[in-house]
Amino acid sequence: MNKPLVGLVAGAVLGLIDGATAWFTPAVRSEMEGILMGSCVKGMLVGIICGSIARKVRSTAVGLAAGAGFGLLFAYLVALMPEPDGTHYYLQIMVPGFVLGGLIGFLTQRVGVAPAKA
Amino acid sequence: MSFLPDRALDHLRNVTESPDFSATRYQVEEEIGRGGMGVVYRAWDAQLERRVALKVMDAGYVINQEAKLLAQLEHPGLAPVYDAGTLPDGRVYYAMRLIQGRRLDEFLRQEPRLPARLRLFEKICEAVAFAHNRGVIHCDLKPQNIMVGEFGEVFVVDWGVARAIDGAALPVAGTPQYMAPEQSSPGGHTLDARTDIFALGCILRDLMTGYSTTSPPRPLAAIARKASAPDPADRFGDVQQLAADVGRFLDGLPVIAYRDTLPERLARFWRRNQVLLLLLGTYLAVKLFLYFLAPAIRWKP
Repeated sequence: MNKPLVGLVAGAVLGLIDGATAWFTPAVRSEMEGILMGSCVKGMLVGIICGSIARKVRSTAVGLAAGAGFGLLFAYLVALMPEPDGTHYYLQIMVPGFVLGGLIGFLTQRVGVAPAKA
Repeated sequence: MSFLPDRALDHLRNVTESPDFSATRYQVEEEIGRGGMGVVYRAWDAQLERRVALKVMDAGYVINQEAKLLAQLEHPGLAPVYDAGTLPDGRVYYAMRLIQGRRLDEFLRQEPRLPARLRLFEKICEAVAFAHNRGVIHCDLKPQNIMVGEFGEVFVVDWGVARAIDGAALPVAGTPQYMAPEQSSPGGHTLDARTDIFALGCILRDLMTGYSTTSPPRPLAAIARKASAPDPADRFGDVQQLAADVGRFLDGLPVIAYRDTLPERLARFWRRNQVLLLLLGTYLAVKLFLYFLAPAIRWKP
């Protein structure tokens, strides 16, 4: 499996798991469908970017940093969207997004095949 | 009673022992090694203008032994034979590549890192496995017969007592410390690849303990024990299996020769997946932290 594909799959799975944890927050339980979808797409985007980086650069540190950085960025964009009552869940979305991004970045470095260098 | 001083006697002895290469293309420069089978000299090949190692076998050896066996083995870990012949005094010699490097035992004194030693051991196994694959067993593997080049390349040398794996039940020469029991028994037993595996086990033991004060890791000690088991049936089946087990140890994987205890298994799992486990732990901690504090942390415009 190539690295962007690894990133896509890992991002989708971890994104879904991350989104599913929103169920523990009763205030947003009614919006689970949208949260799951958004979280999954966010994870997939981070995964594809990290996978593409992993094709070029073989470094766990770079993978972690890129994943955490893009995870934080996308989580921020999601957190910008307020709930119907105007509440922003910055911390609840951005902190796990940051860690999850790092996890995705790490996995794309460790798993999958990078093209051979000429 | 001696009519000559000791120095003069030594000189005469050297002169009479020195091989006469005047009829060949080689000019002997100096003696560089001496073993049970003969003497090795550094020499200049005047025809091809390069330095070579000349091995002059003791009287009684015939040319079809070491040189012919070695000539069949072309491998980066084995010194190639360039030429062979007979001296006027009847002794057999052969010219081979002059290896620039140190003996393994000398090299180990300056290389304290276990992983580097083990990677070297894997290279030794590769060369020996190649010879086995060609039907030849070395029968005298020991650190003194392994050379390490300037760039970490490994050469297995001194194939003087090597023999074909033909099931012949003859006792052969070797070095007692590294000799398999079946090799030294008076009746003579069938020798095969496992005879060399015994010696490799002894070399592995030397790599771990012989030149270092730290106690060896238990899986590695178990690999050496299995390789040098007294009964050939208890050893690794072939050199590749031995090398693979050492490779697994280097990669932090469980080895065949040793059954881990549960704490050791957990410790290995932790070592191999440290970053992943830390990330997962952090994620869970963050989630738990936020779950309990979620009602308190909200931003409303």
